[in-house]
Order: sequence, then structure tokens, then C-alpha cells
Amino acid sequence: MKYVDEYRDGKLARAIAATIAAEVRPELSYRFMEFCGGHTHAISRYGIEDLLPANVRMIHGPGCPVCVLPVGRIDDAIKLARRRDITLCTYGDLMRVPGSQGSSLLKAKAAGADIRMVYSTLDAVRIAQAEPGRNVVFFAIGFETTTPPTAMAILAAQKKGLSNFFIFCNHVLTPAAIQNILESPDVRALGNVRIDGFVGPAHVSTVIGTRPYHAFAEEFEKPVVIAGFEPLDVMQAILMLVRQVNSGRHEVENQYIRAVTVDGNLKAQDFVAQVFEPRDSFEWRGLGMVPNSALRLREAYARYDAEKVFAIETVQAEDNPACECGAILRGVKKPADCKLFGTLCTPETPMGSCMVSSEGSCAAHWTYGRFRDYARQETQRHEFEQKAAS
Amino acid sequence: MCLAIPVQVTELLDDDMARVTLDGVSKVISLALVEDVRIGDYVILHVGYALNKLDPGEAGKTLALLDEAARVTEGARP
Repeated sequence: MKYVDEYRDGKLARAIAATIAAEVRPELSYRFMEFCGGHTHAISRYGIEDLLPANVRMIHGPGCPVCVLPVGRIDDAIKLARRRDITLCTYGDLMRVPGSQGSSLLKAKAAGADIRMVYSTLDAVRIAQAEPGRNVVFFAIGFETTTPPTAMAILAAQKKGLSNFFIFCNHVLTPAAIQNILESPDVRALGNVRIDGFVGPAHVSTVIGTRPYHAFAEEFEKPVVIAGFEPLDVMQAILMLVRQVNSGRHEVENQYIRAVTVDGNLKAQDFVAQVFEPRDSFEWRGLGMVPNSALRLREAYARYDAEKVFAIETVQAEDNPACECGAILRGVKKPADCKLFGTLCTPETPMGSCMVSSEGSCAAHWTYGRFRDYARQETQRHEFEQKAAS
Repeated sequence: MCLAIPVQVTELLDDDMARVTLDGVSKVISLALVEDVRIGDYVILHVGYALNKLDPGEAGKTLALLDEAARVTEGARP
């Protein structure tokens, strides 16, 4: 595949790893957070951590919209879907996410609720058009990448004069969340790890551009390198971050120049601004309430707003108290440090946000990383036995 | 969730729609969020919408930079 395969070349990745190893200063340690779940997945899947020198550590951030959606909002969606007059359309990612008391959209569907998995908001609009007797609610989640398609769906429904199409809006914003990692009140309770730089979002940035990160880089004096989701993109971004740290810079750099510009996609931004406005505050699973971190429909589009039309009042649901997601999302703990990891909490039965989607740090560690832990333990055991024998 | 893939536009259709191909798999997507797309262009596809055009020049530059980063240590190695 053009524009994919050439960024997955293993030989080149090893050569760049050698450059990173040659350029890191042995007396320093480098801790970088990749915000996006897409990067977390790439780092785990392609074994990038194994290629990095011991003093470069990647901290997996909260950038997976499925993971950070609070349980209460899943409960809301299930409640909507159980109404006889409603057809709930959702991206497939949300089907297995557990709500309260072991519920999920998948189980609600099995019990007879009209829930349909769609690939695109275009499909949801098509269903509303074909079935005027049904109230079609689209369960909208996602970052800035996924928001413009939702805006387009509302505008399409308006153009077609549909009165049976609604949005249950859960769109969230990345810059606010990145900032929250560094300055939220929870940091005091959970402790904090130093983060020396950020691998910035790939496709979020195709929409919003590189500009929104400048204030952050300046205020917190942290370098940000926006990177593509392929393994070589991530390797190059890490090298760029190492070079910034070594030279004492904290700039916004763009590694993903083939798709990201300074301004981003202005047309998409205009559509989003036309339909949505910021919420004062929104709950992120694992982070708590984050100010100015989400969007809702503007008053002019209230007739498409499922929250208003169907009078949704979210009831907060608590995660398992033993769940360490909050600390893991901030890099204070690693997935294997949580006593639920791999016991009660697996991708089949996720208890916390980091295990919910394949992009969460616990799910990525479960699928790829834990084998490295086993291998390390085995090597240590072997060495110990050899020593004991001699 | 934010995964998006590069696909090539093979046919421009009515209503800002287009047919695209990814290694022979064909799909109809929306071009409503992008401008000036021509047949043969590569776009980044996310949930049925093209988010941006891929810039072949910048893509080439990235590959050149990757090569350069890979070569830095080659001369230094024994």
C-alpha cells in the first residue's frame, strides 16, 4: 500500500534506533508521552519500545476516545437503545464497552434493542431517510478527527429535511486533555512523573493543524512533535524529541508533513464551528472532569440533539476502586502494576478505561507487551538458576 | 479510533462523493470536507470522509529525512 508500506521498513527502523541510541546522553533520562491511542498501538504492535535505549521511556496517554468515555454515557446510550421508538446507530468500537452492572450495547442488542453498527455517519443518515417511522440516534464519539463527519451528518439531515435524525454528542477535544495531564488537581493525589515531551496526534492534527499546540509548548516548556501513526513516523518523532531535549528547545515540530499543515483543514473546522460549541466541562474516564474539553450542539441545532429531545440526564457511574487507570494514564504506574490487570481485567472483561479498546495502554500491553515481561522474567530465572548451580 | 488510511481517488461522483481504491478494494466516500481533489490524488480516509489530501512532495521529504536519520550512525559504526 502506497504511503503505508514505506513507513514500516524494519531495517530503516533499526538504523534510526541506532541514531537515537547514539544521540541520547547517557546521564539523562527521557520520558515522552504519546497522547494518541493510535501511537500506543503502533508502539506496542511493532515493538518500538524494544528498539529504544533504556533511558528513553514512552508513557501511554489518554488519547483513545472509546477508553475515556465515562461509563454513565454508555448507560445513557443503552437506555436510549432500549426505547421501542429508537434505532441507535454506533461505530463498532463501542459495542463491547461495558456499562454499569455488566451491560453493554452488544448485550442490549442481543436482548432485542434496535442497535445498528455503522461505518460512517453517512450510513446513519441513510437509515433515517429509509425508515421515517424510526427515531434514529447516532452515538457520536471521537476527537477532532471524528467530529467533522458528525457535523456533516447533521447538515445533511437538515438539507434532506429529516425530522427523525438525532446526535448523542460525546465529542472531546485533545489540547485540553493534554494540558490536564500536566496540571489537573488529581496530579497532587496520584503523584506525577516528569514528562519531557509529547508525541502529538496524527489525524487530529490533519483537522486542527499544528497551531493549537504552540501555547501549550510555550506555557509548559515541553516539546511537541506531531507524528504519523506508522512505526517509522513514531521513531522519527522520538529522534526529533531527543534532539529538542538535548538542545534545550521546546518547540512544536511536525513530522507528519505529508498530511498535516499549520492551519489544518479550515473547511472542516468551519463546519464543526457552525454546528458545535464548547461545553464548560466534561467527564473523562480516568481523568475526571476536564474543563473546556468537549463539544455540544449549538442551540440552532437543538432539534437534532438527542440529549435535549430525549431528556438524557447522565448518572455518574464509578469504576472499580482497585482500578489504576488514572495513575497509568499519567505514567505514574504501568499496566502490570495494577492488581486487576490480567486477572479480573482483560480485553474480554475490561474493568477500566485503559483495557476497553485495543488502543488503550492496558489492552496494548495485554496483546503485545506482556510477553516481553514474561521473557524478561524467564531470562532472570535462568540466570539465577545458573548462578545457583555454579 | 482516529485511524485513517491513505486511499487513491479513481472516480469523481455527484454530491461531493468519489470512488476510491485501496489495494484493489473499492469504496465510495465523501469529499465534502476537502477541496480540489482530482482523480489519482491520495486522500486520508476516516469513517467515510476524506480528511485531507496527501502531499506527495512532503511524503518524499519525510522518506529522505528518514534515510538521513538512518545514515547518521552508519559511518560511525565499526
